Amino acid sequence: MTALLNTVSIATPVRRRGSISVPTVTLAHGGGGSAMRNLIDDVFVSVFDNPVLAPLEDQARFPLAELSRLGDRLAFTTDSYVVDPLFFPGGDIGKLAVCGTINDLAVGGAIPLYLTCSAIIEEGLEVDTLRALAKSMASAAAGAGVSIVTGDTKVVHKGTCDKLFLNTAGIGIIREGVNLGADRCRPGDAVLVNGLLGDHGAAILNARGDMALSTKIESDCAALHRLIAELLAAAPATRFIRDATRGGLATVLNEAARASGVGVEIWETATPMREEVKAFCEILGLDPLYLANEGKIACVVPKDEEAAALQALRGHPLGRGAAIVGRVTGESPGRVVMNTIFGGQRIVDMLVGDQLPRIC
Amino acid sequence: MKYVDEFRNPNKAKALLREIEKLIARIEICRHRSLSLMEVCGGHTHTIFKFGVETMLPDAVELVHGPGCPVCVLPMGRVDDCVALAETPGVIFTTFGDAMRVPGSKKSLLQAKAGGADVRMVYSPLDALKLARLHPEKEIVFFGLGFETTMPSTALTILQAEREGIRNFSLFCNHITIIPTIKAILDSPDLQIDGFLGPGHVSMVIGTRPYRFIAEHYRRPLVIAGFEPLDVLQSVWMLLKQIAEGRCEIENQYNRVVPEDANREALAAVNLVYELREFFEWRGLGSIDHSGVRLRAAYARYDAERKFSVPALRIADPKSCQCGEVLKGVIKPWECKVFGSACTPETPLGALMVSSEGACAAYYQFGAIRRQKQGTNAA
Repeated sequence: MTALLNTVSIATPVRRRGSISVPTVTLAHGGGGSAMRNLIDDVFVSVFDNPVLAPLEDQARFPLAELSRLGDRLAFTTDSYVVDPLFFPGGDIGKLAVCGTINDLAVGGAIPLYLTCSAIIEEGLEVDTLRALAKSMASAAAGAGVSIVTGDTKVVHKGTCDKLFLNTAGIGIIREGVNLGADRCRPGDAVLVNGLLGDHGAAILNARGDMALSTKIESDCAALHRLIAELLAAAPATRFIRDATRGGLATVLNEAARASGVGVEIWETATPMREEVKAFCEILGLDPLYLANEGKIACVVPKDEEAAALQALRGHPLGRGAAIVGRVTGESPGRVVMNTIFGGQRIVDMLVGDQLPRIC
Repeated sequence: MKYVDEFRNPNKAKALLREIEKLIARIEICRHRSLSLMEVCGGHTHTIFKFGVETMLPDAVELVHGPGCPVCVLPMGRVDDCVALAETPGVIFTTFGDAMRVPGSKKSLLQAKAGGADVRMVYSPLDALKLARLHPEKEIVFFGLGFETTMPSTALTILQAEREGIRNFSLFCNHITIIPTIKAILDSPDLQIDGFLGPGHVSMVIGTRPYRFIAEHYRRPLVIAGFEPLDVLQSVWMLLKQIAEGRCEIENQYNRVVPEDANREALAAVNLVYELREFFEWRGLGSIDHSGVRLRAAYARYDAERKFSVPALRIADPKSCQCGEVLKGVIKPWECKVFGSACTPETPLGALMVSSEGACAAYYQFGAIRRQKQGTNAA
């Protein structure tokens, strides 16, 4: 983490902020000089504004004492965002970069506090686009009660990245007594999700426009830490939570089954999915269980807490569609088995790579 | 989903399964051995695994997953040709998604793409033609693949290109025909198939008549089946009913889509554009006479094989692969020497492990349940 915001030479909170008047980002904005300073000031610092960021040092600094009052462990994570297109129904790469990293902290039981923002920008990107995305990040962070406290920008030659790549790292605090892990699932536990699956994956595929299908599916991109806090309050013995992002619910459950050495049984009829998403997958030969989500978690809770967990999830706006979708079993360790809508059974395995649409 | 859920109704499935049990009780052969029914089409294999149809059927009925996955039967040499075309400077190579991962002798299209070749996934040959209009400075090659189901759409795309005078579009034609393939399977000396589930979408193009020889000459019943799980189950029931009643006919379960007569417009386009190849090489099955088509001389300018130099080398299947025996139903996927060890979906040796319609990949991913159950029963 060096050259954070590359702002060491301009660090003074009272100085006049730089601004930028050209319409597109050029390599000059990555050169370390005043053009870069102006870009960072205009696009990022102006909207991320917060006391930890304000000194614009090479690193963000926060007192440990305050953190340790919140819990007994630090959670630290990082994620990169390369989604194409940058804007999609229900969100954009900025919102995604904030919510995604918050969720990665939250599913470990952490209270998310601070994020970083690293932007790798392809020369030629419109400054207004970058402004809109930084604003979107700021608004997502403000909505979630987290601060973006340090960052970095790089500008790269045309063709060496696709418009904009973002990386956010995040720090959160885990309360004493909260212990979640993929290896903690036990036979009899219930498997829950907090709502309709597959929206994000379908929205992105559709937004790329290759399919010429017209659907109104929107990404479910959302920060889930408050929902998870409600869940943990209602079901303190919760074993495992993970956001069902790339690879979807199928992948998360396989990870849990393998790590815990248990089987997982799910019921197709209990798995909440939008009719449009089902139809979308049907047409393209995709399996919605593997579609990415950006606002959905799978969680495993002991049987005696499943009712409380379900109620807590459903009581939160981001969990209205929550459902118990399956159960942990002692059979077929390491495997996820689905009871199909038709009455048969099939194994839901990990995918090797991406899902590829079928020929006919 | 309306018009879909109706064909996935579990109560109707239970009712059909009871009828299937009753028929089995009437079939003499079932006292000595299980019946082997082959679904020819990869689409059926997909449905069978996706809905767990196999796990519902009584042990007396074994489903054999036939050669009808066009991605799976593509020989390695043809994949090498694809890669060579894709790596030709100035070419945009377009393909259906599931052909991307099929291994060639050196690499797959996915690996060629990673190495810098311009390989793009399309959903229709018309998407490829659109690319040709958008990029007049590039050569667009479409990887034509599939049985009679996809043949007409490729043929119509060629005709469209001709009408519009588009010159930078060509087809790498790997279309194959179903009838010679079924015949090759029937002629195989080690064959043990009691009946066939016939391909639904192929039949939508060719009608039901071309299958008659199967019943008349080879004395095997065939039921053309739809692709929803109830379609498959009802077709199994229809086959068992024929066997129980000592009949041997071509029946059509999928009559909401498949007419008795061929689709004349589709076949007219097919006949106009393609001619039969003397033979075509299949992975696992070897060379089958008249089982593939190529563009007629009149459309040579749209033929990627004539337009570019492709290596066209015959590459033998890996020695350890038993894809052919699996395709013919001689052995089950898991009885293959390399299944799950040297050959997995991550490192497929044989094509049956590549596509999700391939019998081996399907077993590897979805299928262990029934096998586990059988294992338990046997123990």
